[in-house]
Amino acid sequence: MLAIARQRILGQSFQNIRPAVSVLRSYSSAAKQITVREALNSALDEEMSADPKVFLMGEEVGEYQGAYKITKGLLEKYGPERVLDTPITEAGFTGIGVGAAYYGLKPVVEFMTFNFSMQAIDHIINSAAKSNYMSAGQISVPIVFRGPNGAAAGVGAQHSQCYAAWYASCPGLKVLSPYNSEDARGLLKAAIRDPDPVVFLENELLYGESFPVSDEVLDSSFCLPIGKAKIEREGKDVTITAFSKLVGYALKAAEILEKDGIYAEVINLRSIRPLDRSTINASVRKTNRLITVEEGFPQHGVGAEICASVVEESFAYLDAPVERIAGADVPMPYAANLERLAVPQIEDIVRAAKRACYRSVPLAATA
Amino acid sequence: MAFCSRNSRNIINNLKSKVGLSRLMKPSSDCCYTSCLNNTNRCRFLAPQLRNPDSHSQNKGHFFCFQRFQSTTTEQHFASLPNGEHNQVLDFPGGNVVFSPEMQFLSESPGVYNPCYRVLDDNGQLISNSIFVQVSEEIAVKMYSNMATLQILDTIFYEAQRQGRISFYATTIGEEAINIASAAALTADDIVVPQYREPGVLLWRGFTLQEFANQCFGNKDDYGKGRQMPIHYGSNKHNYFTVSSTIATQIPHAVGAAYSLKMDKRDACAVTYFGDGGTSEGDFHAALNFAAVTESPVIFICRNNGWAISTPTSDQFRSDGIAVRGQAYGVRSIRVDGNDALAMYSAVHTAREMAVHEHRPILIEAVTYRVGHHSTSDDSTKYRPANEIEWWRMERDPVTRFRKWIETNGWWSGEAESQLRSSIQNQLLQAIQIAERAEKPPVKDLFTDVYDNIPWHLREQEKMVRETINRHPKDYPADVPF
Repeated sequence: MLAIARQRILGQSFQNIRPAVSVLRSYSSAAKQITVREALNSALDEEMSADPKVFLMGEEVGEYQGAYKITKGLLEKYGPERVLDTPITEAGFTGIGVGAAYYGLKPVVEFMTFNFSMQAIDHIINSAAKSNYMSAGQISVPIVFRGPNGAAAGVGAQHSQCYAAWYASCPGLKVLSPYNSEDARGLLKAAIRDPDPVVFLENELLYGESFPVSDEVLDSSFCLPIGKAKIEREGKDVTITAFSKLVGYALKAAEILEKDGIYAEVINLRSIRPLDRSTINASVRKTNRLITVEEGFPQHGVGAEICASVVEESFAYLDAPVERIAGADVPMPYAANLERLAVPQIEDIVRAAKRACYRSVPLAATA
Repeated sequence: MAFCSRNSRNIINNLKSKVGLSRLMKPSSDCCYTSCLNNTNRCRFLAPQLRNPDSHSQNKGHFFCFQRFQSTTTEQHFASLPNGEHNQVLDFPGGNVVFSPEMQFLSESPGVYNPCYRVLDDNGQLISNSIFVQVSEEIAVKMYSNMATLQILDTIFYEAQRQGRISFYATTIGEEAINIASAAALTADDIVVPQYREPGVLLWRGFTLQEFANQCFGNKDDYGKGRQMPIHYGSNKHNYFTVSSTIATQIPHAVGAAYSLKMDKRDACAVTYFGDGGTSEGDFHAALNFAAVTESPVIFICRNNGWAISTPTSDQFRSDGIAVRGQAYGVRSIRVDGNDALAMYSAVHTAREMAVHEHRPILIEAVTYRVGHHSTSDDSTKYRPANEIEWWRMERDPVTRFRKWIETNGWWSGEAESQLRSSIQNQLLQAIQIAERAEKPPVKDLFTDVYDNIPWHLREQEKMVRETINRHPKDYPADVPF
């Protein structure tokens, strides 16, 4: 992830950008590789083809092919009635999408980044999340809100916040965050098919990453269950939970830890709400140690909820305090050196795991 | 030259002599202008330079596009134009713009108030030469009955809140004509997305007095399963979206629903209501803009009743009401006397035809007065004179006004009036009694509908609640079914 070249926010060419440092696990040469971008695009395409009620809305999704080219080719294929370029009003188009969902259509609303979703958050929470409950089941809202979430590279405070904790605290919403191409395809398809409102948190830096996918994943009926985490790597000494981009970091940390004889179990949460508490707790009961990893701000974060869940259900199994690795408690700075200090790095995960395993570690943060 | 024409003619004449540009001032779109347009960046440089005739760069290549111009007849042409004639046009991406050498600001006020459409005078008599949509005796009588019913319903429920039998209520007193007449002009397929002062629309569509009472008392028969405060009615079968407390959020919802109706090619429109205060919300502007751009069949009905709780319209906006804003968004609009049921009916009826057949949004501003308090949590005598309220209640009552009209037509009588009022009164009191005595929603309704399917953790919590209730039955109220 660190080795990916810095990319401009707009105007990216739709290319299969391979990272200089491979994060791929070794697979048989027959496995196909697709980028997360291709995964999302194909998922949207297939769901739109299968169900005429599905339509896309957002800024630049049509003629521009998508601010990050996720919706490339869809305007041409489905026409302007199903791929709507909206005026610049998040509150407006989110409200309109929710209204269309009330009627029975299935909008997929794109936010250029979830930072901009704050201008529409009243509609997401008060109009979408709560409607089924407030109307006693008369108004269901089968809508998907998607877009890049969390830090990118050098985009500053108002473009870098992670909203997983904000949305995941609200009953009525489902919140998903994919890591690789398989996650992206399976979870987006599940989100579009789900009758409840879903917040789908992508990651800008992952769009260009390639991952191997099996034929099953490429099939148009492929779907992943909402609310199930995936154990990306099995281990016995410490559990590391992560979502989105940091799953890749956790996997690399696990490789480094293995050299020191610590076998980490890496859990890719996939679903922030509902949180797969049973998988997390089962893993902690096996390893007895837990590190939670997230990019967002530490207070009231996803890690706080996971920690509470484990303390409630598996306290007796813990051999060490639960540690949260999170972004620094500051608005994201712009300068590259400061930005690197403000987000978790692989070394932070490694040292936390070692602390959990009672190994001695230096206290200083990475320079 | 296009930019130059915005400045005073003196500069133009000045330049004419200095640079010989006169022959370039051809007053019509030409290849010169279009090539200039295609290179707008270069044309932008012209404006500041032209304003300073002594600027050096005049003689440089910036004027190349004009030097291509060939015609020699323009000087006379230009010189022969009377002052102030607007005849230079340039096609910007935003549209063909006619230029003017006069610097004219569009006034903040239209000078004349936007006229208000009305058909019945204050005594309920038809104004001569008025244009309106005919209403049959059956519909007119039904309209009147509904308006009277709404009045009585409001009075009785308001009293019930004062007696502590329900927790909250908000009346529609003074706005009965807007509610009933607009509902009467719609069809059952039209989707209604209300604010919270439009129960009359639901009444017209067949929501019974018992159903109203059930929601206000939050009992087990409430379609809302006791989840919301009183007056937050909602009914799928009546095509009436559940009332939501947030202001103006329903406006873009209606546009979304309308867009969906258009996509489905249905013979129906979406109708949404909001107050004068709601038009200050961002959602109002985004929704109108969007509706125009997406050409959605939606009717926006603004109940301009003069007050947003204690905020009078003079503190709410400075435009001449709401209808004039429609043009700014490209939305056709009309201002109507909201207390004239016949005018409301006609306007909504016509608006519906336009919306559905022309695929366009329509904005209707219904001017009226909020006779009641904002809600039972408000005492409006604290911010407006009591005699003002009384005057509107008695002298400008829309219900009385419409009654006079149907009486003039021989469709109503004093006897019918007293029969209706006593019947509705009795029905309402009975409905309230039944609603009050009915059981509350069952415990399971706390946990359902958060999602489409109950998640495991809520199922577990429900089980825990039931076990606790079983262990301590005396601690739980008897009227909550298990």
